[in-house]
Amino acid sequence: MSALTVTYALLFYAAAAVFILGLAYRIWLYARTPAPFKIPTPPAPVTRRGVVLRMAREVCLFESLYKANKWIWLFAMLFHAALVLVLLRHLRYFQEPVWTWVGLIQPFGLYAGFVMVVGLAGLWARRFLVERVRYITAPSDHLMLALFAAIGLSGLALKYGDRTDIVALKAFALGLMRFDWQPLPAEPVLLVHLALVALLMAVFPFSKLLHAPGVFFSPTRNQVDDARSRRHLARWAAAFDQGRP
Amino acid sequence: MAAPTFTIPELKDDLAIPAIAAGAMAHSRPFVAKPEHQEPLGFPGELVEGWHDKAIAKMGDLLGKSRALRVFLDSCVKCGACTDKCHYFLGTGDPKNMPVARQDLMRQVYRRHFTLAGRFFPSLVGAKDLTREVLDDWYSYFHQCSQCRRCAVFCPYGIDTAEISMAGREIMDHIGMGQKYSNEIIGKVHKFGNNLGLQEKALRATLESLEDDMEEATGVRVRIPVNEKGAEVLLVTPSADFFASPHIEGLMGYAKVFHQAGIRWTVSSYASEAANFALFVGSYEQMHKIALRIRQAALDLGVKRIVFGECGHAWRVAYSFLNTLAGPWDFLDPAYPAPQHICEVTYDLIQKGVLAFDKSKNDDKVVTFHDSCNVARGSRMGEEPGGQFRIPREIIKACCNHFVDMRADTIGEKTYCCGGGGGLLTDDLMELRVKGAMPRMQALKEVVTGRGVTHMAAICAICKSQFSKVLPEYGMDMDMIVSVHQLVSNAIRIEPAKTTATA
Repeated sequence: MSALTVTYALLFYAAAAVFILGLAYRIWLYARTPAPFKIPTPPAPVTRRGVVLRMAREVCLFESLYKANKWIWLFAMLFHAALVLVLLRHLRYFQEPVWTWVGLIQPFGLYAGFVMVVGLAGLWARRFLVERVRYITAPSDHLMLALFAAIGLSGLALKYGDRTDIVALKAFALGLMRFDWQPLPAEPVLLVHLALVALLMAVFPFSKLLHAPGVFFSPTRNQVDDARSRRHLARWAAAFDQGRP
Repeated sequence: MAAPTFTIPELKDDLAIPAIAAGAMAHSRPFVAKPEHQEPLGFPGELVEGWHDKAIAKMGDLLGKSRALRVFLDSCVKCGACTDKCHYFLGTGDPKNMPVARQDLMRQVYRRHFTLAGRFFPSLVGAKDLTREVLDDWYSYFHQCSQCRRCAVFCPYGIDTAEISMAGREIMDHIGMGQKYSNEIIGKVHKFGNNLGLQEKALRATLESLEDDMEEATGVRVRIPVNEKGAEVLLVTPSADFFASPHIEGLMGYAKVFHQAGIRWTVSSYASEAANFALFVGSYEQMHKIALRIRQAALDLGVKRIVFGECGHAWRVAYSFLNTLAGPWDFLDPAYPAPQHICEVTYDLIQKGVLAFDKSKNDDKVVTFHDSCNVARGSRMGEEPGGQFRIPREIIKACCNHFVDMRADTIGEKTYCCGGGGGLLTDDLMELRVKGAMPRMQALKEVVTGRGVTHMAAICAICKSQFSKVLPEYGMDMDMIVSVHQLVSNAIRIEPAKTTATA
């Protein structure tokens, strides 16, 4: 077993642990923290079912962003939709045999790689071109875009440039999951691609990528508008009921 | 009023997004509360020793109590969707009035003290210590947010800057850096039952003279009862309705509606205030204390229903929070929502055919409707989503022949704040108020010149007071602003009191 394989295997275990534990902690924190008041923004659904639909529109279609700004919506939609396709396409490296639908989406996943980079370029351009967005941009905002762009571009290079030994890579990936390590092909572009993905997983729970779990916990979007018909009381606020008229 | 020392924005044909002007409003800060405003609320009188550590500790306390605060501070991706949505940014160009930048004033400190990234790589993620300079920025810019929630409607994660500015003010109150205007008023409610410090005797005298005025104008004695036990309805209304125009004309409208419907009602001198300014300073404890006055009054007077008069943030507290703060309302009549808005009451009575109008009485007006932010984005009316937009308009249309809406992106859920909400309706913030009113004034001017609008109706005491002040600054008549129930009052047909009560 080469030192390289061991290093990358350990790197991925570590990154996965940070990703899963870090995210789980954050989600636990969100779930545990009470919302003292009903603060849904209008037009707010009056049933639980309505909230599920609203959240689905928000997460799948970026409804509020569409209302706010068509350019950001367009680039964000391109990036996120393409990212989903790319991630789904990558499932084939982690399953044997490959599920039928994963096989079917492979060509779309490939195009999505390009679309993702276009979306990122659009979002990044706004950080330079729009004065207001430039003002609110911190170094970490550039770095996050750079990280995604580097992952996307190195991935495209693996497919269209320096083609990697995909069979060996899949054996490595399956080996990681089965705790039966297999040699990792020592190809520079692949190593860069994988290292960046591990980095992304590791920074996820400490960065603005927390918007992904955050949106589901956002009280302005996930609450039912039923304040008059159902009394909403946070645990810590219940103490205020003591000794009143 | 003395001539303003600042330039009043020019109203253009379109609402342009301004270029950023860093520091343009850095000088704007309301008077700091004195010990006599702070201490009755249990806040330290002046900036305390060790304020930094106490502020961070308070922030930690709030993070544990409010999911909104925690999620909102974590989730922003700096996409820029909100950057052109705040009326104060549009009116001033100060980049710290962009909602995301306002949030970042708190987020930078949150990151520094409560996240690993900010602890180890502060400059990378824009984390900063809570220095005196940052605290001064908090005081200045958290008091340039009217908590109108327009940004929250557009944010892809629903981040509500109001929650952040409320938390910021709550933290500052706890280290002795409160705002005079809000805290002085909260103190008056605790002491007198209303924002004005009006006592029962004066209240009775005022309302009696109003009854005389109405009798003179209509020939009918329309009562405005005070502290009448056994009344069906307790009306809780902003104290501005007792003394200032055009609020008082609205109160006459409510009185005529109750009179004509034969509903026995009363106001309470103990809970003679709908406003709950504790909302603005983010204090659950103060908000609770004020809300309990209403519960007490309802119990003491033995009423069956609670109805709120025209007041924006009061209706948010009433509709969204009152059940939480002072409920359950199981001693009230379950046939009616608790509490109800006066517009819901009037609208239901119109639907049932109980009220009749002579619409020609308002024929001298072409009316538009300003959706007040707290009603529009913090509450609802009726059974269906959007009732808070539909019901007031239906009432206006029932009593006016000429109604026109303003541009679609300035009404409903996208309405612009009047510029004076959220505890900013004070003369020491006049520049901010005038500039922040610009987007609303621009939309109004459009329908004034394009559609012949002569009056703008509102259902919020703060909006009405604010517009009376700023309309003249933009070359319009202060009398353009009217109460919705003023239009009702003008047109309603009333008869001498009936003896049997029907609801």
